[in-house]
Amino acid sequence: MEKNLNNAREEIIRRSGVNPSKCMKCGKCSGTCPAYDEMEYHPHQFVYMVETGDIEPLLKSQSIYRCLSCFACVDRCPRGVEPAKIVEAVRLEVIRQQGANHLKAEGVAENLDEEIPQQAIVTAFRKYTK
Amino acid sequence: MQRIGVFVCWCGSNIAATVDVEAVSQALAKEPGVVHSANYQYMCSQAGQDLIRAAIKEHKLTGIVVCSCSPRMHEMTFRKTAESAGINPYMVEIANIREQCSWIHKDILTGTEKAIVLGRTAIAKVNLNAPLTAGESPVTKRALVIGGGIAGIQTALDIADAGFEVDIVEKNPTIGGKMAQLDKTFPTLDCAACILTPKMVDVAQHEKIRIFSYSEVAAVKGFVGNFDVTIKKKARYVREDVCTGCGLCTEKCPVKKVPNEFNLGMDTRRAIYIPFAQAVPKVATIDADYCNMLKNGKCGVCSKVCTAKAIDYEQKDTLIEEKYGAIVVATGFNPISMEKFDEYAYSQSKDVVTSLEFERIMNAAGPTQGKLVRPSDGKHPHTLVFVQCVGSRCANCAEKGKEYCSKICCMYTAKHAMLTRDKYPDTDVYVFYIDVRTPGKNFDEFYRRAAEEYGVHYVKGMVGKVMPEGDKLMVRASDLIANKQINIAADMVILAAAIEPDKSARSIATMLTASMDTNDFFTEAHPKLRPVESPTAGIFLSGACQGPKDIPETVAQAGAAAAKVIGLLAKDKLKGNPCVASSNELMCNGCSSCERVCPYGAISYVDKEFRGPNRTVLVRRVAQVNPAVCQGCGACTVACPSGAMDLKGFATKQIMAEVDAICK
Repeated sequence: MEKNLNNAREEIIRRSGVNPSKCMKCGKCSGTCPAYDEMEYHPHQFVYMVETGDIEPLLKSQSIYRCLSCFACVDRCPRGVEPAKIVEAVRLEVIRQQGANHLKAEGVAENLDEEIPQQAIVTAFRKYTK
Repeated sequence: MQRIGVFVCWCGSNIAATVDVEAVSQALAKEPGVVHSANYQYMCSQAGQDLIRAAIKEHKLTGIVVCSCSPRMHEMTFRKTAESAGINPYMVEIANIREQCSWIHKDILTGTEKAIVLGRTAIAKVNLNAPLTAGESPVTKRALVIGGGIAGIQTALDIADAGFEVDIVEKNPTIGGKMAQLDKTFPTLDCAACILTPKMVDVAQHEKIRIFSYSEVAAVKGFVGNFDVTIKKKARYVREDVCTGCGLCTEKCPVKKVPNEFNLGMDTRRAIYIPFAQAVPKVATIDADYCNMLKNGKCGVCSKVCTAKAIDYEQKDTLIEEKYGAIVVATGFNPISMEKFDEYAYSQSKDVVTSLEFERIMNAAGPTQGKLVRPSDGKHPHTLVFVQCVGSRCANCAEKGKEYCSKICCMYTAKHAMLTRDKYPDTDVYVFYIDVRTPGKNFDEFYRRAAEEYGVHYVKGMVGKVMPEGDKLMVRASDLIANKQINIAADMVILAAAIEPDKSARSIATMLTASMDTNDFFTEAHPKLRPVESPTAGIFLSGACQGPKDIPETVAQAGAAAAKVIGLLAKDKLKGNPCVASSNELMCNGCSSCERVCPYGAISYVDKEFRGPNRTVLVRRVAQVNPAVCQGCGACTVACPSGAMDLKGFATKQIMAEVDAICK
């Protein structure tokens, strides 16, 4: 398990193209984040936790779906760290795992409402049966 | 034929570990011209030098080769050794077998082989060396200081107190610089004007100091000890020798809406103005961009009210030629522009100000007479947010900010926060910081006082954005220690803008051939051991033009620069470098190529008579080098199409011999 997580760290760094050690811990990313209150872990924590290899809590957290990808943090970071790209890379780490979907096909029905387009429901079934 | 001695140094194990020094000295003993070859543990030590001196006497040596460290390290040492034993110092050559050989090779065979080649090369050169004698040039015992801020003022006073004449060139109408704009100074909180203006008066009254205010350096020629400087005195349309500084004109001038740069445009002045009450020289200046009389000939009020008859609308820029022995650069700094930091709403709200603007607001002589009010509506602010590192430590935004730490912001922000709480206890003051950097005497104690005794809220985290909403400024920031995002409805936001060198520094550096770093700060000759000298001889650095500095550091450096200038001006003559260019007049074809490439203006052409065939006389135009001006760069030797130009000590013949020795 530990080895896998270590790989996850390298993979997230490679995939995002972000060097988390460039971070000087000023917190401007979290100071500007519009989804801050929605997130359990905040942009600066994503950077720090990836830097230190503390990946597992991030993978399990709903925070990866709360990021709006507005890129305000990327725009304002004085050191060019690009936190949103780290969040994106962590999200991909979860999404791309086979059999690790956070929804099962059986659960799709519970989430239905009238507003959901037909195509989205079909896509959901196609995705969550894999 | 030379009689050459070779001396191979071990440098302890620095050289001996990767170069077989015994093998090197044996191999070099067989080279042509070599009559003696030895090796020793530390050639630069007293014992090593004695060994060289003894060998010179014993073997009647005419030249020596020392295989050791870089010539930058010990060439002077061994030249002095040779001179003390009676041979010309320029008969010494250094083969660098340490930096360029032993330190970069791991294998002893490779290292030894290369050391032999390098030694052989130096021997080939010494075989063609000739004794050289350095010329001497006189020293003009006067100094020029560029910039009249606290750095320039202190340097000028210290040089003048030692008895040398000093001229200060200041581009603004008054000396005083940034310090004149400050309210209080950290960490003692004494009033900036109270400690600066007496020094400004000292400068004005010092018999050895002249101030060229409203002037710029237009051109610099010459070299250490002998600079020729052209100073452009801009027309101020007021006769400095007549104006009494009564200020009547500045009250009567009808053009009232000119942004006042001394208060950073937060209030207005007239078209004729004196920047501030304690200005030196206290002389009015007409701003030609706004004066009706100068623009369209319709006004003349100032001339009518002036009882001293000092107004002169016909005044022109004048050029003044002066000679100096040394030049001190003290061009100072400016805060960077905040226009590009949209997230802090500087361009959107008048209540977002820079720290220098805040300084003027807090100053009794400022636009609000020292009353803390919001620039937008004149109301008293209750919540103030200070943002540190705006544009400093900014690696990603070269077009916006600076990569370096501006050094002074932590302390002046602590000062502003403390003074605000002290004068207005009804305020809430927040300081958002990344790190609080307070190295300096009594600095950390000062910062802690702001937090502990004055109740300033220090929050670890940066402000992400500032949004004007109604008459409030909504500040969104992170508190990293509480792991919270905080939102503050502030009345004023104060940005600690990064500082950068004054824009005039770049053109001055070009004129002085003084080097700068990528941020346009002047480079010092050595970052630790020669911090106030430029690598260009005769150019010295004072104050923030060399890097961000606070007042105590600036004053210390200003004094250090003055000491270096005094050391130079105290000499009657300077020994030149004898390795200068000279032209072979018989070969010179008078083409002027060398004159055009010479960066120092050391080459001139003369018509000279030569003996022709059959007792005739030919007059030919030939190049002549002024050895006092020539810096030995060698550009002319490359440009000369006929091969008439050559460099003493680095003759083409010698360099070719070295190349041959390497390729043998």
